[in-house]
Amino acid sequence: MGHTLFEKIWQAHLVRDEGGDDDDGAPAVIYADLHLLHDVTSPQAFAELDRRGIGVRRPDLCLATIDHSSPTLPPDAEGNRPYVSQAARLQAEALARSCERHGIEFHGWDSRHRGIVHVIGPEMGATQPGMTIVCGDSHTSTHGAFGTLAFGIGTTEVGHVLASQCLLQRKPATLGIAVEGQLSPGVTAKDVILHIIGTIGVDGGTGHVIEYFGSAIRALDMESRMTLCNMSIESGARAGIIAPDEVTFAYLKGRPKAPTGEAWEQAVARWRMLTTDPDARFDRVVEIDAQEIEPSVTWGTNPGMVIGIGERIPQRQDASAVDARSYMNLQSGHPLEGHHVDVVFIGSCTNSRISDLRAAAGIMRGHRVPQGTRVLVVPGSEQVRLQAEREGLHEVFKDSGAEWRESGCSMCLAMNGDMVLPGELVVSTSNRNFKGRQGRGARTILASPLTAAASAITGRVTDPRKFLGDSF
Amino acid sequence: MSNQSGLKAIECHTFNLSFDDIDTDQIFPAEFLATTEREGLGRYCFHYWRFDDRGDPISDGPLAGFDPGRHQVLVAGNNFGCGSSREHAPWALLDMGIRAVISRQFADIFYANALKNGLLPVTLEPAALEFLHSHPDQRVNIDIPSRTITIEEYGTLEFPLDPFSAHCLVEGIDQLEFLLHQEQHITRFERLSKTN
Ligand code: SF4
Repeated sequence: MGHTLFEKIWQAHLVRDEGGDDDDGAPAVIYADLHLLHDVTSPQAFAELDRRGIGVRRPDLCLATIDHSSPTLPPDAEGNRPYVSQAARLQAEALARSCERHGIEFHGWDSRHRGIVHVIGPEMGATQPGMTIVCGDSHTSTHGAFGTLAFGIGTTEVGHVLASQCLLQRKPATLGIAVEGQLSPGVTAKDVILHIIGTIGVDGGTGHVIEYFGSAIRALDMESRMTLCNMSIESGARAGIIAPDEVTFAYLKGRPKAPTGEAWEQAVARWRMLTTDPDARFDRVVEIDAQEIEPSVTWGTNPGMVIGIGERIPQRQDASAVDARSYMNLQSGHPLEGHHVDVVFIGSCTNSRISDLRAAAGIMRGHRVPQGTRVLVVPGSEQVRLQAEREGLHEVFKDSGAEWRESGCSMCLAMNGDMVLPGELVVSTSNRNFKGRQGRGARTILASPLTAAASAITGRVTDPRKFLGDSF
Repeated sequence: MSNQSGLKAIECHTFNLSFDDIDTDQIFPAEFLATTEREGLGRYCFHYWRFDDRGDPISDGPLAGFDPGRHQVLVAGNNFGCGSSREHAPWALLDMGIRAVISRQFADIFYANALKNGLLPVTLEPAALEFLHSHPDQRVNIDIPSRTITIEEYGTLEFPLDPFSAHCLVEGIDQLEFLLHQEQHITRFERLSKTN
């Protein structure tokens, strides 16, 4: 029997297989090709290494940046960044110091590659097919878009990887998700993944690595594939993965960390073999009809509470649904469409890349954000920001009345001071609508950049297809 | 955090937080993530459920009646610990006095994080979970070597826990030490593999 793509990568990174019953029964020891680090989940790991007097085994396989608590407003006259607290500033400085001490490549305030860790990895070409990539961050699944096995780990494991470049892991099960057919106009990768999570549930992927395949997946560009894999974790999946193809290779070619010359040719030849064999078996398979997917939005307090934008809020009477409707202050049987929106956030590692900003600007161009709605656009990285500014997208956003910021996680998790006020309703291109995620008492509707942009210029939850004529 | 002392048994009363999908943003709100510490985080645990926006305790919230000495086992619904990978969640639970969490199923990263810190995740079948939900403040006795939980008015049940994790918990074995002992294997792997 053949092997799935996941199994091939797993097998190629086994330092030691799981111990059998007669052995110590230990989990497999898996080698990490790339370890991404950011401000929030690494300080305690470095401290533990220091406490034990252990060094970093492979600083050359680490890449670090600051993103979670980074202020998105410019520095003051003295060049001081407006950190929300001294603690946040110290945390970022601690990472910079640890990286310097251990010889780890670090992209801080002076780097043109600073940005959200899951945006800069691919952008720099550090994320490459066939790799194992780990990071103390659950949205590491993003990198699976390149045919990598990429997953989030906790801080103790960050320490393990720093010290040994390895992780103790049990082999996950596999879930194949086939998306066949053509997506309708106005339906994006974000709608596809929201639809999938709405279908399989927030624990539908638990214990599994998801491989996405099918004609609708093949038709997606790399940034869309990243959006899709990014939210795999919201179904509980360990990782999401898409087999690399010409689209992947074209994206990577010429990026700063991608191989060049003969090494590039050899790499592509190797990468072409990264497919799931036709006779391989997944533990489970789910089939999705691309044609059925509408622009999707969440109505509740987890990313599985999803409806098509034209649908009504479900009448479900289970405790979670009742509690979610009460927190969201929304009534069952009512439409979400047309509901007043206080804030629109366009950003996060899910949807802050250049194609996301182009899509949003395409809808917002020439329109004004109405009074009573605040719109924040936060590029995913400095590279994205610079590119958007070269294209004049920032002017489109600013002319419409939106705020154009510097890069970072920002309002996705609201720990940098960019936050939604209690009770406010936000249409957000981020990935989590948990209670309080975007600020205490914030009520989040997750949506695509198109839906967010359409909602921004109307001040109401709006079906982006109403504006397609303007932008397509 | 190494769990040097080892954990063999837990005898205490349960405390119910019978909701499904309790995410790590509830357990440890992002607002408090700007820390380089991992001790003393219990005061932030379920902060928005325990304190209002002025910082005053919420007397009728989900954690009303929680008694740290008595209640060392949390009983949740399904899919406890979903969302962010922040290990601050188990650190804060432990610091608040929790030593085990019972759920129908756990989110993968939380499960791994919990075990690495000596916080025991106990997966139970729906019937037992329902019993606990309808019988708050139950006396339970969890025995890790035999991987069993005795619920006073319900009976004794086995729960899944791989032998390696059980061994590490009971003996207080630190998994980093284990990994560092794999040095030979790691060096050989690095020599042989030309991956990227
Ligand atoms: S943008 Fe949001 S989800 Fe992505 S890494 Fe930052 S905080 Fe996490």
